[in-house]
Amino acid sequence: MNIDDQIALQLFQKMLLIRLFEEKVIAYYPEQEMKTPVHLCIGQEAIAAGVCAHLQPTDTIFSTHRNHGHCLAKGLDIKKLLAEFYGKKTGCSGGRGGSMHPADPTCGILGTSAIVGGGIPLAVGAAWASSMQGKNEVSVAFFGDGASEEGTFHESLNFAALKNIPVIFVCENNSYATASPFASRQPLTVSIADKANGYGMPGVRIDGNDVLEVYRVAGEAMTRARQGQGPTLIEAETFRWMAHVGPVDDTKTGHRPAPELAAWRNKCPVQRLQQLLLNKGIINSNQEEKLRHEIDTDLEAAISYAKQAAAPTKEDLLNHVYAD
Amino acid sequence: MPWTTPSIKTFTPVATANEATHRQRTYREAIAEGLHDLLAKDPSVFIMGEGVDDASGVFGTTLGLVDTFGKDRIVDTPIAENGITGIAMGAAIKGMRPIFIHMRPDFLLISLDQLLNHAAKWSYMSNGQVPVPLTIRCIIGRGWGSAAQHSQSIQALLTHLPGLKVVMPATAYDAKGLLVAAVRDNNPVVIMEHRWLYDNPGYVPAELYEVPIGKALVCKKGQHLTIVATSMMVHEAMRAAEELKKANIEAEVLDMRSIKPWDKECVVTSVKKTGRLIIADTGHRYGGVAAEVAAEIAERCWDSLKAPIRRITMPECPVPAAASLEELYYPNYKDIIRTAQGLLP
Repeated sequence: MNIDDQIALQLFQKMLLIRLFEEKVIAYYPEQEMKTPVHLCIGQEAIAAGVCAHLQPTDTIFSTHRNHGHCLAKGLDIKKLLAEFYGKKTGCSGGRGGSMHPADPTCGILGTSAIVGGGIPLAVGAAWASSMQGKNEVSVAFFGDGASEEGTFHESLNFAALKNIPVIFVCENNSYATASPFASRQPLTVSIADKANGYGMPGVRIDGNDVLEVYRVAGEAMTRARQGQGPTLIEAETFRWMAHVGPVDDTKTGHRPAPELAAWRNKCPVQRLQQLLLNKGIINSNQEEKLRHEIDTDLEAAISYAKQAAAPTKEDLLNHVYAD
Repeated sequence: MPWTTPSIKTFTPVATANEATHRQRTYREAIAEGLHDLLAKDPSVFIMGEGVDDASGVFGTTLGLVDTFGKDRIVDTPIAENGITGIAMGAAIKGMRPIFIHMRPDFLLISLDQLLNHAAKWSYMSNGQVPVPLTIRCIIGRGWGSAAQHSQSIQALLTHLPGLKVVMPATAYDAKGLLVAAVRDNNPVVIMEHRWLYDNPGYVPAELYEVPIGKALVCKKGQHLTIVATSMMVHEAMRAAEELKKANIEAEVLDMRSIKPWDKECVVTSVKKTGRLIIADTGHRYGGVAAEVAAEIAERCWDSLKAPIRRITMPECPVPAAASLEELYYPNYKDIIRTAQGLLP
């Protein structure tokens, strides 16, 4: 298998893990044991996988309320993440963060903000620190199209360009901020990627459901960052299949038009890569089925682990408000 | 400019030791010296903020640092308080110890999302895995018509949500010692300095020493009443105590130093002895620091109290510009004396 094929296969494994993870959350959510608001990323897997494939554990990412895909792509253990959703002491944030605030410094996740735009300046600061420390590390800020309306987005781009900071801004433009469509929020004459030009950095608009394109463009941005050429803004167009929050189809509740979702489901990023792998003979359908089965087995084991893990207790309530 | 060199005629410094026995530096010099030595000693420390490398050097406290440490460590920043706070925090969680400076607490209000939603919660939300060693300095203004957006004293607002530490140095000694403690602390610490204390001299050791965060200082011992004060009001309290002494009233004056956490035991011990408490704070009355201290003491010292607890605070209006209104706005030692007299038989 040549290197490109190997990479394609790895990207597929990662995307499939994210997809099946989210489907597992949907499957178990009705039990009401996972008491945490879940912002599912089904339909957006290619961006997390394509970007994080370039990152080392020492590189950092800063995600959002919709972070499951980013965390899994960055290497966060499924048991630790699911235990966090179940509010358990062995969760990645000790049960204090839930689905919206995973943290695991061992894989470069230095905390997650669920305030729209909140994580963007943190990524800039972390990347700035890395360059001050003489390390060849980068940071990635993942955020949605809504965050590009926040002051922190503009303040962060300005500063990152000013100081030539090794940060990659990855905007997952899924056209909706909760249920407010893009057209209600921003002039359609200017793309989000266009705004990069105003800050003196490259801005690239890509098909966020084409993982190979994401991988290629993110790789160029990483190279620029690691070679001291500063930040890049990537706007990846995509679509979220589920409601803003919860395992719900919000086209049935009137929040978004059903035909729009149907059209995007036909552009499924996982299916698209899977077809490519099958067509090129990189995998066959038996191998694909086996892979799904393995991931499912791991996820079931992680769910069982998370359910059985101990919950935090009174002794934990007031811990770590302040660091020692 | 008049507002940068206030003449404090009604002002008695707490520290009055002389240079021969105790090294004297102004509050401004103490901060400048602390910053310099922290930068020299620890490569992870750096300074950022609007104008930190300019010819004024944040009222003289950062003057010349850029010549010694360069623009990579004395970083002038865009006017973007919230984003820059997040960037400072991002650097802090990746191993740096930034000192971010706002000329005024009023400007810090723009950064409350990053400060309160992020920095203050990060240690807890991450289960202690990601501490935020971030120091934020801001300088309370007063006088010359500085008015409603250049003179606010917002300590109470910063202390309501768990996760921040807030200190208010009243002396040159504490200005340096609390700065050193803040920078070495692994939590976000807001230092609220007071512009009118900047020319105030006092004992400042040459070395890098820490004033522990969370400990009050007994400035003067006394048995008739306790006056707990913050920042500028410590000096008003000391002047009031001197006047009261002439009438044989011995006030015990406590400098809170640290607003959060605050030294409850020190105040409880004092009030159990004196039975009377006045709290003099530079902030507002409603939901203020004085209210918090009063509530704690009422809960814990009820049997010792011989008179109602009294609060001396800023009135319930924004800071006015007119000199005549400023005069009415800021309470001083006379208000403390009058209040004390009302508490005593």
